[in-house]
Amino acid sequence: MKKDRRDFLKLAGCAAVAGVGSSTAFHSLLRGEAEAAGLRRAGTKKEKTGVRLGMVIDIQKFLDDQDLARRCIRVCHQIHNVPEFGNPKDEIKWLWTDRFEHVFVKDTHYRQAQHLQGMPVLTLCNHCDNPPCVRACPTKATFKKADGIVGMDYHRCIGCRFCMAACPYGARSFNWRDPRGMDEHGRSFIRELNPDYPARTMGVVEKCNFCSKRLAQGKLPACVEEAAGAEAMFFGDLNDPNSEVSRVLREKFTIQRRPSLGTYPSVFYII
Amino acid sequence: MIEKAFQGSKGYWTWIACLLAVIAIGGMFYVQQWNYGLGITGMSRDVSWGLYISQFTFLVGVAAGGLMLVLPYYLHNYKEFGRITILGEFMAIAAVVMCLMFIIADLGQPMRALNVLLHPTPQSMLFWDMVVLNGYLALNLICGWAILHSEYKGVKYSNWVKPFIYLSIPWAISIHTVTAFLYAGLPGRDYWLTAILAPRFLASAFAAGPALLLIIALIIERNTLFRVGQVAKDKLVTIISYAAIINFFFLACEFFSAYYSQYPSKMYTKDYLFFGLEKDGSIFNNLVPYMQASVVIGLIGIAMIFYARSKKSDLLLGISCGLIFLSLWIDKGLGMVLGGFVPNPMGQVTQYYPTIPELGITAAVWATGFLILTILYKVAISVKLEKEL
Ligand code: SF4
Ligand code: SF4
Repeated sequence: MKKDRRDFLKLAGCAAVAGVGSSTAFHSLLRGEAEAAGLRRAGTKKEKTGVRLGMVIDIQKFLDDQDLARRCIRVCHQIHNVPEFGNPKDEIKWLWTDRFEHVFVKDTHYRQAQHLQGMPVLTLCNHCDNPPCVRACPTKATFKKADGIVGMDYHRCIGCRFCMAACPYGARSFNWRDPRGMDEHGRSFIRELNPDYPARTMGVVEKCNFCSKRLAQGKLPACVEEAAGAEAMFFGDLNDPNSEVSRVLREKFTIQRRPSLGTYPSVFYII
Repeated sequence: MIEKAFQGSKGYWTWIACLLAVIAIGGMFYVQQWNYGLGITGMSRDVSWGLYISQFTFLVGVAAGGLMLVLPYYLHNYKEFGRITILGEFMAIAAVVMCLMFIIADLGQPMRALNVLLHPTPQSMLFWDMVVLNGYLALNLICGWAILHSEYKGVKYSNWVKPFIYLSIPWAISIHTVTAFLYAGLPGRDYWLTAILAPRFLASAFAAGPALLLIIALIIERNTLFRVGQVAKDKLVTIISYAAIINFFFLACEFFSAYYSQYPSKMYTKDYLFFGLEKDGSIFNNLVPYMQASVVIGLIGIAMIFYARSKKSDLLLGISCGLIFLSLWIDKGLGMVLGGFVPNPMGQVTQYYPTIPELGITAAVWATGFLILTILYKVAISVKLEKEL
């Protein structure tokens, strides 16, 4: 954990000069990419340089500690003022669990290990490298940042929900009603308001932002921090071969959600 | 010219009053939606577009269908269409206005709609849809009005209108192509992700638009001295029936590639829409009766329209056009959009049922469209009759 944070601070500090030292970074990156990708990515002219944030989730660790996922979700939703409407129709979620076979859709698996079926898997926005949601948004309210984070501008969003149709991972939620309101029992939809983070208005789309506000303060994403004790989640620069995520990705066999769609998710799973 | 809209029979005013009543009720529902949010509709996290966007999609087709009347007249100098071309242009105006209203009704933050123009995003198909729709509206307003005005004056329309007329022809194709591209470019939505979507849209548009126009023309013939003319009617029948047949052919192509390939994600939505999808022990089939009816009604309509033509029966003609229109409306105004969401890319099924407020707002937009259409047609027909009698 400590090493991980050190890694990350280094990364944040170096981000600015990354362009300068890119020659050596470029080579190590080439090596890294050659390991990761079997097929050259179609449509890219040059290899990616600079910081590219990503996450690894170890599914097994979450099985060992059944409560861990719930704790991660709680802390994420709490600090980001994610409302709870208490029904699936209006539901908003940034971080959640779904059954294994929904997260990794494979219609035609003839046989699959029994224990995987129905297993809860933590999911969130994949911060895709080639994000269809960004392509679809007509106002640039959804945009991709240089570090790979796919961000949302809640003030620019017109609520057309085109991005929701475009995202093949169900990672986006819409504020079907006012999240700052109250239910019929007078209970606020946002259980405890965190004054350090804005609450959204009705009629806009939202999703996980990789805790970009915490990253700016040199902290790790809240969920990763929560899971650090169990070594269940890793976060950092995919392009830095010395980062924790790169090490994990090198050492473990990982899978991504629906890689065949060409979205290049930056969230990886250790089965 | 516009004063013609204010002189009418009792039937005319009753019709206007009915439309206004529907608009008023829908307006009340819209106020509710404004205050509560889109949560008042049946849409959900999984089915994030519903009746509004599907009506929009269908009506873009109706607007584009006006092309089938404009093109033969202006491009091929097909004189028989002279009397109905203006009706096609005005129908396009009403349809595009409805489209824009449905988009506004569907926005979570309608006050920010202008962001699409303030932050133009050329990679987004929705941006282009906005551009082509508004452009098409402007083109039809210019052409329709200029031509009618010159007719009113008893002169031929001036030459400056011509470029606009010619431009409006490819433009009509573009509106429906871009609308198809909204859907056809999304990964993970297998029902939409098909290169044949734009052709399918155009085929159904070229049947639905003229079918609606022919129905309206027949109603007008019944109630006024205005006559479309037998030759024009026959020609319309040809256009409608061929477009409808091509539409069904395309549908059959979709079925073939899904079921012959046995590619699961291509089959799921078609299963859900046409046969019922079995999932975890339950059967999901709330749209099956509609979609099956759509195919049956459409085929009956096509058979009947040929019969009506040989019998020269206006009543049968009207009914068959009605059937074809209804069939295409179900297919595109219901199944097309919802099919993209069910099952969702994770393979889960959430069914969608529109709510009363949603239906009310939808009805109000349609009523507004018919109000615009009525007024425009009233003016157009009064002018035409005045010149002829
Ligand atoms: S997971 Fe969905 S919302 Fe997140 S970047 Fe990818 S497409 Fe966009
Ligand atoms: S990265 Fe941050 S915003 Fe995203 S799921 Fe984790 S805690 Fe939530």
